[in-house]
Amino acid sequence: MTDPRTPAVERGKLRVSWADAPGIWGFLTTVDHKRIAARYILTVVLLLFLAGMLALDMRLQLAMPDMERMTPQLYNESFSLHGSTMLFLVSVPVMEAMAIWLVPLMLGQRALAFPRLAAFSYWLYLGGVLMLWVPHAFGITPDLGWFEYPPLSGPAYSPGHRADIWAQMITFTEVAALSASVNVAATVLKMRPPGMTLARIPLFVWAMFLSALMTIFALPAVMLVTSMLISDRLVSTQFFAAGAGGDPVLFQHLFWWFGHPEVYIIFLPAAGFVSVIVETFSRRTLFGHAAVVLSMLGIAALAFGLWVHHMFAVGLPRLGNDFYTAASMAVALPAGIQIFCWIATLWSGRPRFDTPLLWVLGFIVTFVIGGLSGVMTASAPLDQQLTDTYFIVAHFHYVLVGGAMFPLFGAFTYWYPKATGRMMSEFWGKVSFWLIAGGFNLGFFPMHILGLQGMPRRIYTYSEGMGWGTLNMVASIGSAIAVAGGLVFVANAAWSFYRGRAAGPNPWDGSTLEWAVPSPPPPHNFEATPVVDSLTPMWTQKEGLAVMSGLAVDRREVLVTSVVEATPEYRQKSPPPSIAPLVAAIAVTILFIGSIFTPWALVWGAVPVGIALTWWFWPQRERAKTGPLRARSR
Amino acid sequence: MSDAVPTRTVGDLSDLPESAAGASHLVWWGNIGFMAIEGTAFALAAGAYLYLMSQTAGWPPDGVRPPDLLWPAVLTLGLFLSEIPNLWVRRRAKAKDERGVRFGTLAMTVIGLLLLIPRGFEFAHLNVAWYDNAYGSLVWMLMVLHTSHLITDIGDTAVQSVWLFTHEVGDDQFADVEDNANYWTFVVLTWLPIGALIHLAPRLG
Amino acid sequence: MSARRLALLPLLALSACEGGFQSPLAPAGEQAASIGSLFWLMMAVCGFMYLLVLTGLGVSVLRARRRRGEVRAPSINPGDRGLNRGLLFWAGLIVTGLTVLITGSFLVERGIAEARARDALEIRVTGHQWWWRIQVRDPATGGWIETANELHLPLGQTTRVSLGSADVIHSFWIPNIAQKLDLIPGRINQVDLTPTRAGWFRGQCAEFCGVQHAHMALDVKVDTPQEFATWLASQRRPAAAPADAVAARGLQVVARGQCAMCHAIRGTQATGRAGPDLTHFGARRSVAAGTLTMSRGAVQGWITQPQAVKPGTMMPPVALSPADADAASRYLMDLK
Ligand code: HEA
Ligand code: HEA
Ligand code: HEC
Ligand code: CUA
Ligand SMILES: [Cu+2]
Repeated sequence: MTDPRTPAVERGKLRVSWADAPGIWGFLTTVDHKRIAARYILTVVLLLFLAGMLALDMRLQLAMPDMERMTPQLYNESFSLHGSTMLFLVSVPVMEAMAIWLVPLMLGQRALAFPRLAAFSYWLYLGGVLMLWVPHAFGITPDLGWFEYPPLSGPAYSPGHRADIWAQMITFTEVAALSASVNVAATVLKMRPPGMTLARIPLFVWAMFLSALMTIFALPAVMLVTSMLISDRLVSTQFFAAGAGGDPVLFQHLFWWFGHPEVYIIFLPAAGFVSVIVETFSRRTLFGHAAVVLSMLGIAALAFGLWVHHMFAVGLPRLGNDFYTAASMAVALPAGIQIFCWIATLWSGRPRFDTPLLWVLGFIVTFVIGGLSGVMTASAPLDQQLTDTYFIVAHFHYVLVGGAMFPLFGAFTYWYPKATGRMMSEFWGKVSFWLIAGGFNLGFFPMHILGLQGMPRRIYTYSEGMGWGTLNMVASIGSAIAVAGGLVFVANAAWSFYRGRAAGPNPWDGSTLEWAVPSPPPPHNFEATPVVDSLTPMWTQKEGLAVMSGLAVDRREVLVTSVVEATPEYRQKSPPPSIAPLVAAIAVTILFIGSIFTPWALVWGAVPVGIALTWWFWPQRERAKTGPLRARSR
Repeated sequence: MSDAVPTRTVGDLSDLPESAAGASHLVWWGNIGFMAIEGTAFALAAGAYLYLMSQTAGWPPDGVRPPDLLWPAVLTLGLFLSEIPNLWVRRRAKAKDERGVRFGTLAMTVIGLLLLIPRGFEFAHLNVAWYDNAYGSLVWMLMVLHTSHLITDIGDTAVQSVWLFTHEVGDDQFADVEDNANYWTFVVLTWLPIGALIHLAPRLG
Repeated sequence: MSARRLALLPLLALSACEGGFQSPLAPAGEQAASIGSLFWLMMAVCGFMYLLVLTGLGVSVLRARRRRGEVRAPSINPGDRGLNRGLLFWAGLIVTGLTVLITGSFLVERGIAEARARDALEIRVTGHQWWWRIQVRDPATGGWIETANELHLPLGQTTRVSLGSADVIHSFWIPNIAQKLDLIPGRINQVDLTPTRAGWFRGQCAEFCGVQHAHMALDVKVDTPQEFATWLASQRRPAAAPADAVAARGLQVVARGQCAMCHAIRGTQATGRAGPDLTHFGARRSVAAGTLTMSRGAVQGWITQPQAVKPGTMMPPVALSPADADAASRYLMDLK
């Protein structure tokens, strides 16, 4: 949104006020949400690649019966690292990253509510990544799956530090995710542009907001439960020790209290991507905006009443099981309504089948299979046959890959021009789509059948007599094709970064505010504050986007508005770059790692954390001229 | 670059104030966010306590005495009385009274530190160790959770007080004082259910 | 649209997997049968809904193709009267479908829980890393007869199995006969099994329980009542005396050596409890929780190199001279 009438002087001033320091110092101190999001995404792509390679390795081992290329220990480490990475270090963070990048842009803002907190989130997330992968390089890898049930993970059956590493990796990433969620939630509540009443919040922003709220109410459970596990291991508490009045099932309740909402924390943002892409490429405003918002709300609320469906085989009272069956199946209603609204938009629009929309079509075809297999496992008696088999592996890959990764790849293609100023190649985009979507379905559909033939999950091998060989081979071939497609995708992104066609501000004719700024957006995003009159401001204000002037240009300032009506309330100073978030993150890292070895780390480790935080939040103002401690000489 | 998306200016924001207090203030919402996180953690920890309590025949287990009541009673009373100065500081902050917030936060620091004394004795009179049994682990977990919040807020108040005495106080800092006072209220209020679980629940069953 | 043809594939593929070796869809028990029919009900409802979704999507895509090349200015808030009605209809359909499925699940769950006329037979199964301890209450004496890794059930009767664990969480699962249920330290879970078809079946631990979770299988034999009585009678007897000099040497090795620290062989000095009871080991179908098929070579391989056969197993390698190993395996094979 470069207004030709904005005097060049002012534009120059804005650039200076929002610029980062040059070089490495700028890299370490930046609080620019776009840079932070970009490094999140690059880290995620790297991890997606690593965890994908682990998956391929497992698929090689399982391709034929009685294979011996992996020891059981190595196999167990592989699926644990694969699952933990994919869920804690890929899926959740990548959705946060998209929110950190997009939410301010969609709200016509220059920054997030708490820019330094966003930097802190990334550094802590990076701490979690290193926590898991550096020990892995030294051969200390968690080996009990992405949820580590005690007593297997307890002091008696898991000596060494594998389980501690897993638990602390979670603490890292969850503190990061919680910080990011508070940030996003506050931004959405208080920093919407004038005119963006509740009814005019774009669906994507709703999705990110609800996902942030769910994070706030779900993630404390996993932090609590992994802390309890660590203290059982470190200071001999007895939370999960059956002999001393504890109960291993308590762990499962707390874990799944988090674990179930977690999957919708991943899915809702994906639903947000889908809504945006469908709208833009169908060339019409999304059908049923209110219905989709309500179904997202419904999913977010229901999500907290379903956790027991992961525990149907534990032997809980049957009446309880029936309740959770009904509640779990009820999610099919809001989910089905969303699917209807997307299809109805395509039906009544004039769709243009560019790559992002292909990903959405692939999403619908694939995700609905996963959703329906979820409904099947939601039935308590049926789940008692299906749980812990490959049917479940098929279910959750269909919803995670088909339901979250496909929309993510679509979103990636869709916003790539905005982030880089260049278009990705359509041809290679389509090639990678067909390879990933085709390979994935070829690879994972057979797993349903394997599950129904009684193949349990998390087994490193099976004997020939079981008759699972052929389908496993097909599964492995399909997976290899999909991963090859992933590589094409990444290569396309890398190549287009240098060679792609120039994009211009709004190459797809998108409807939301991020398309009003140049591609890539300047550090301050918007020169003036947009005023919104509809859900699709870029479509309804084609003759000229209404803006308000008056935010400072010579210092960092953002607009704060009211929660419901988004009427302007005041101008808030936005903090400049700072090294404090990194220092604080390092201090927290020391505390977390220390606490694996000694409980006293919680005491001495708190000192550097306290100092770092004090420094971070120490307001820069003049010395006192009054009071007993006033500055006496100057 | 043909990056221009045409705009038309329809208003001006330069008249808006540069700061706000209470629920208008951005940071107030951040504070609420973190209280929601911690409140959830408290609730889940309490849930864990109730869960194991419902699974166990005797509560506390045979041979374990419930925690002594004297010190927690002192502490609870103290916490409630501390709300009087705390709410006063909050009002001073809203009135942007520099002197008031300087001495108010100082007083609250001292009161907080004094309250750590009964808290210390409370720990010494729990009558169970965390490693004895799951009941002991839960009691200690709840105590540690609450105490860590108490200490964090006292530390925060102390730092704030030092800063206030040594600097010119601006509107944003008055808002910070208000947020900090709200946080103290949060710590006091969460003690009600947690304290009840620790001290009263074992006396019921 | 090729997508629509794809939709039929799952149905074909699924029906092909009926009769699988360890499959919940090849029921040989009342519980598995009722869950099996629930599965097909689910498939019908979900398959139908999926077809509708694909049809809607397919038609949208086809319509779009026909209108290729039209102007594409975005249309803002078009009147969607028809679609709104469609949405209501669709929501109604989902609610109906869900009602059917929830009711179906509820009925099946209740059917499984329903009290059945039970045989007096009592069975306890305890999960160990990575094998199954099995105890059968002897109706004649009231004592417990212990065995391992092979479960015998009488055909047509309901047996209630009590499930416990000695270490970590495992899960007891015989897909052809009934649903699975976890074995959790500190709890006793109970599952009813009502086999309806005689023969051999296979169960497998279904909760990750550590390094050898893959090799924690359970042989299951559904016996006719006579067969079951014969089996019980044979289990009741103490171990057979060695038939010749080699076997006698084997007895010495097993009952006097380290083996006896962990294994019990009723009627000998071996009374260890850390490993499976071996009293009638030779009558079993497989070795080490389904890891190897029973044969002399397999047994000898196992007792000399357990860590090579099942890496990580709790049975340590015991240094045995080749002759001792040979004698021990011979003796063990004779323990019918
Ligand atoms: C993005 C992630 C994601 C999503 C969106 C979902 C969505 C759903 N999941 Fe899934 N799930 C996981 C990720 C996800 N899941 C993971 C990771 C696990 C495994 C954890 C582990 O053990 O490792 C898991 C496991 C899991 C289990 C436990 C299985 C077991 O361990 O035994 C269950 C059981 O109820 C379940 C149910 C559901 C249901 C009912 C939905 C619903 O939300 C689906 C709703 C959608 C639809 C139903 C499709 C659209 C609707 C229509 C077309 C309408 C018509 C439908 C009808 C009338 C039926 N899931
Ligand atoms: C988002 C989460 C996610 C994703 C994407 C995947 C992707 C894959 N998974 Fe994974 N998986 C899990 C989450 C995920 N998985 C979880 C939670 C578990 C449970 C672990 C446990 O039991 O504890 C699991 C378990 C699991 C198992 C079961 C192990 C067992 O129980 O014994 C298997 C076996 O085949 C498997 C295979 C694969 C394969 C072949 C892929 C393929 O790689 C999928 C197809 C390919 C792609 C999706 C593209 C790959 C992308 C790139 C190479 C880079 C591209 C980058 C960009 C586009 C930015 N996975
Ligand atoms: C430290 C304990 C220990 C010792 C010593 C030991 N075993 Fe074992 N044994 C086990 C355990 C535990 C298993 C179950 C292993 C598994 O299936 O993973 C087992 C399994 C077996 C089995 C298979 C049982 C079945 O039901 O399939 C045989 C046979 C056996 N042991 C024989 C021997 C012999 C012979 C010796 C001595 C030479 C011996 N064991 C020494 C612990 C021991
Ligand atoms: Cu026992 Cu898995
Ligand atoms: Cu779930």
